[in-house]
Amino acid sequence: MRGAPSCGKGMRLVLKKRSVLPGFGLALGYTLLYLSLLVLLPLAATFLKASTLSWHEFWHIVSSSRAVASYRLTFGASLIGASVNLVFGVLVAWVLVRYSFPGKRIFDSLVDLPFALPTAVAGIALTTIYAPNGWLGKPLASLGIKSAYSPLGVAIALTFIGLPFVVRSVQPVLEDLDKELEEAAASLGAGRWQTFSRVVLPTILPAALAGFAMAFARAVGEYGSVVFIAGNMPMRTEITPLLIITKLDQYDYAGATAIAVVMLVVSLAMLLPINLLQKWSSSREERGAEVSTEELAPVSV
Amino acid sequence: MATASSLSGEILTVPTAAQPATGESALVRWLLTGAAVLFLAVFIFLPLGIVFAQAFAKGLAAYWDSLREPDALSAMRLTLIAAGIAVPLNLVFGVTAAWAIAKFEFVGKSLLTTLIDLPFSVSPVVSGFIYVLLFGLQGLLGPWLAKHNIQIIFAVPGIVLATIFVTFPFVARELIPLLQAQGQEEEEAALALGASGWQTFFRVSLPNIKWGLLYGVILCNARAMGEFGAVSVVSGHIRGLTNTMPLHIEILYNEYQFTAAFAVASLLALLALTTLVVKSAVEWRARRQLADSARWEGEKGTA
Repeated sequence: MRGAPSCGKGMRLVLKKRSVLPGFGLALGYTLLYLSLLVLLPLAATFLKASTLSWHEFWHIVSSSRAVASYRLTFGASLIGASVNLVFGVLVAWVLVRYSFPGKRIFDSLVDLPFALPTAVAGIALTTIYAPNGWLGKPLASLGIKSAYSPLGVAIALTFIGLPFVVRSVQPVLEDLDKELEEAAASLGAGRWQTFSRVVLPTILPAALAGFAMAFARAVGEYGSVVFIAGNMPMRTEITPLLIITKLDQYDYAGATAIAVVMLVVSLAMLLPINLLQKWSSSREERGAEVSTEELAPVSV
Repeated sequence: MATASSLSGEILTVPTAAQPATGESALVRWLLTGAAVLFLAVFIFLPLGIVFAQAFAKGLAAYWDSLREPDALSAMRLTLIAAGIAVPLNLVFGVTAAWAIAKFEFVGKSLLTTLIDLPFSVSPVVSGFIYVLLFGLQGLLGPWLAKHNIQIIFAVPGIVLATIFVTFPFVARELIPLLQAQGQEEEEAALALGASGWQTFFRVSLPNIKWGLLYGVILCNARAMGEFGAVSVVSGHIRGLTNTMPLHIEILYNEYQFTAAFAVASLLALLALTTLVVKSAVEWRARRQLADSARWEGEKGTA
């Protein structure tokens, strides 16, 4: 069998399965060249620069009170934004899949707006809305709530930016959810809420969590939509990406590199859970489809 | 059967019209729909609306004047240049990478896929910053570049590079699942019939993925024109020279020229809306293609 180690001539290391299609060498070669120049080289320069710092210096920079304040704001607001999106994302996905109302198609397409709209445009739009004299900022201010130029403003912007992730993650799962499962539950006497929480929710949970993780990861690194509404006061409303830029503006390359490395490590660390959650979600989806066709086949009396 | 039905009649509750077995009552439906619509209205429609409301707040004449201002025009030119270079390059990369990943099995494939996804998980500021560390005056290649009088950071080449970095995954990510789903039979058939590799690619593979390709290019372009964080770091913010449209918007806004800022922003918002329209069109096309091929399979079975 081709592609398997041949026993006769000893074990061969198989790096690639044989294929009839041409162009592998050219395609892979170009891809690797592009990625090396574009991604690996700059990343190497970053870690090289970071290595010129001693551990003590590195730790001193990344644990300074200003840096820690920025982490608290960035991660805290991202968590809030992603959580709001988790709840409302499932709600929006449910309404879009199960109900119909005038203009539904437009609402459905516009869910992707935060994904397509440039972050600077989103930033100035949100700031104008939530500023003290803005459409929503004024009524909120009369209630004593300061929205723009506060951590709340950061959370609002990060909610906007993560909106599509949970919705688009849960929608296909809900669309594929076989009604037979819910009908079976109802025929066994389950109330509507029971059916929802025991049948639907577990099925969409992996997708919802994957969307949550993606929204969180995106929010942590977000700059353009936040930097206008935040207020950018160090120790209070300064997000971590802004801290990097500020240090760069002051020619503090070492400091900027240290913080950038922290952000890089967090980004890379988030890739694995997100991948796992997405795998879990698609395997759950497949099993759900299998269950409905096999286990619910009518039993002849 | 009669026994069974009377048995079932006693055990089951007969669903009423107001609460069908697998649906909610009308009240719950309206409440949930209302909540979802309110949420979307606040977070999507309001920001979109205010861009155009502010842009036209001082009338049509002021709107056009803002767009015709020399710094605005050079910002638009730079945005178009950056996108015009980044999108074709990333298109070629996307097709190449998708071909290698989707059609072949090899060691390190998942590592490669993860690497391609990297710009999605890295902050834009970090994306720009790593180029400053490579090409900046204090960077790895800084001294060599200074000696040869080549300027990358704080100049147009840096902006183009940063734009290429943040947008290179889009086409590849669109094409990989498409090419994978296609399988290899059609290409193998073409090769067996004597087509060369390039002929197979252009006549067989490419037409099958053209809608996904279009969508990937549109997304890539939208992100390339709208990128802010990464470009902000490498740009130097020199008016009329190294400002793209998003950077120009920032400058105008910080100078309290709100109408002008929103006027330029409205162009980018229109680009975003166009992107969404193309997305819907492509999805509709793909759904129809899927339905057509399913019907074709069904007809083949009964033939």
